[in-house]
Amino acid sequence: MQEKITLAHGSGGELYREMVNEVFLPAYSNEILCELGDSAVCTAGERIAFTTDGFVVNPIFFPGGDIGRLCVCGTVNDLAVSGAVPQYLSVSMIIEAGFETEKLRCICKSIADTASEAGVRIVTGDTKVVEGNKADGIYITTSGVGVFTADRKPLGQKVVQGDVIICSAPVASHGVAVTVARSGMDFSPVPCSDVKPLSGVVDALLSSGAEVHAMRDPTRGGVAATLCEWARDGVDITVDLKNVPVEASVSEICAVLGLDPLQLANEGVLLASVAKKDCAKALEALRNYQYSTSAAVIAEVESGNSEVWGITDIGTKRRILMPRGEVLPRIC
Amino acid sequence: MRAAEIIEAIHKKAKGLGNIAIMEVCGTHTNELHRHAIPQALPDNIRLVSGPGCPVCVTAQSDIHAALSIAGMKDTVLCCYGDMLRVPCGDTSLLGMKSDGADVRSVVSALEALEIARENPLKQVVFFAVGFETTTPHTAVLIEDAARENVGNLSVLCSHKTMPAAVTALLSGKSGIDALMCPGHVACITGRKGFDFVPEKLKIPAAIAGFEACDMLFALLKICDMLEKSQLECFNAYTRAVSENGNDPALRLTYKIFEESECEWRGLGRITESGLVIRDEYSFFDARRRFEIPDFTEKNARMCICSKILRGEALPSDCPSFASVCTPETPLGACMVSSEGSCAAYYKYER
Repeated sequence: MQEKITLAHGSGGELYREMVNEVFLPAYSNEILCELGDSAVCTAGERIAFTTDGFVVNPIFFPGGDIGRLCVCGTVNDLAVSGAVPQYLSVSMIIEAGFETEKLRCICKSIADTASEAGVRIVTGDTKVVEGNKADGIYITTSGVGVFTADRKPLGQKVVQGDVIICSAPVASHGVAVTVARSGMDFSPVPCSDVKPLSGVVDALLSSGAEVHAMRDPTRGGVAATLCEWARDGVDITVDLKNVPVEASVSEICAVLGLDPLQLANEGVLLASVAKKDCAKALEALRNYQYSTSAAVIAEVESGNSEVWGITDIGTKRRILMPRGEVLPRIC
Repeated sequence: MRAAEIIEAIHKKAKGLGNIAIMEVCGTHTNELHRHAIPQALPDNIRLVSGPGCPVCVTAQSDIHAALSIAGMKDTVLCCYGDMLRVPCGDTSLLGMKSDGADVRSVVSALEALEIARENPLKQVVFFAVGFETTTPHTAVLIEDAARENVGNLSVLCSHKTMPAAVTALLSGKSGIDALMCPGHVACITGRKGFDFVPEKLKIPAAIAGFEACDMLFALLKICDMLEKSQLECFNAYTRAVSENGNDPALRLTYKIFEESECEWRGLGRITESGLVIRDEYSFFDARRRFEIPDFTEKNARMCICSKILRGEALPSDCPSFASVCTPETPLGACMVSSEGSCAAYYKYER
């Protein structure tokens, strides 16, 4: 296959077939995809979860991940936090003419590896090629289907007075990694994105038997946005800021750049609102799973006026507001 | 000492003090004080007042107008620190001009402008330089490097300011401010003794503070202590970063490239010897001399009270526009634009 993607690769002709056969099929190979029908024909349970997400991250490759890993995790995580078991994905790409085939192979490998890690199959896809400088290299859209197996029910997604909020992993890593990669600033160690599938984390939590009332993966807008949305249901959420896990290097970079870790994007963090009585059970299950070893209780839910508050390290209280209008680079 | 102990000590000291107002003149202090909700931890008779400490906020409209004029010229790249992009001027801003097609780039370091100039030899690259003692040395290095390498297409629109002259102008005479919390970053360059003018000329005590909660609280405690004992001193409460004499090479380089001059501040007007201009020897790199910049007259007064807020005479919440028509998305005045501005800090943390 040629070294660069050309407009002809998007034309549906011989070169398109060659790209599908040499790049996509070997990477994603599974029997549903290999039928190559106009639609994938799959089996799912009675109720399914269905979601879609577009990815325009810049840079395409960043410390800790790339657009391929990100586009699988983004959709898998949206399915997982709904309570479903992620099962099938579609991958639709818009590629700029002149994009290096080798880079495309890397992205496909990353998609395949992440899909296999998350236990999902790529069952259908589409590829378009546009003129140079029209798509920042590559844009990817993934859609996904998750099923509610016998032991899974759709979550009500409503936090309840008396709940505790558990955060599964250190926050702000993705936002900081991409911001730093884009700016060209030199930090040592180089901050890495946390991008990872959350299906295992959700599994660990739900299998613990803890009463879980809501789950979210706090991507754009960060932990602050998710908590503010949850509080809209008429409760107050009080965060003990010193308990929010942040990696030391990430926290230092935030201090230097004047960024608030609570407002930065995550791609591998689960926030769960759990009945207080089951807190210990939930924490133990999470801490025994590889992607949530530093899970911690960060907040409590009380009756109130839909406000989110933070207890600072000196014991004072400040409002936490929905993040707004910041000029930040595109990060997902 | 731990935060709780310092807070307790401040409460004890403050009992004998009556009502006192302490001004901070650093945008990072403003922001960090409110991020930690420190005013809440203080006794009722201690009031914190934000002064003119955010470089974006004090940049005069005429300077922003000059930057917009240059950005609108053909084959020109205008570089500036990110926060300047959104400051409104007339019916646009640098960000507005950028979306209309002007080549405006945000940089995190002055030296990036040199790189951009090298990469675009057919364009005029202009660095819009703002800030106090902390950012000035970077601009000085930029000009020195450009001179050494004979870079013909780079120039600097200089709007640098010095902290001491502005603080003196603001606090001379009856100002109602009892003590000053001095900016740790500026003091890294000027040294502790750079703030001796506060006790000597302004006759109020001062403490240089760092930026952690405990740093700021410790400086406030030392200020209460000095007020209690009627001591007139400038105390260094940030010794892990600030030395007695400061950063001599940075200061020498600054004054090799720049000289003091009268300068216009937003909200404070023109202040003698409070600004820095490029010396004649380096005039080749002075954008004000390289380009013909049209005169500026401010048309309609804005419905906000930025100038009073910058002087510490009013709180952001006293402004009729605050959080109603003036928000971080649609700022009327510069205090709301910059994340270091007092209105932005109040908007984020104190509503």
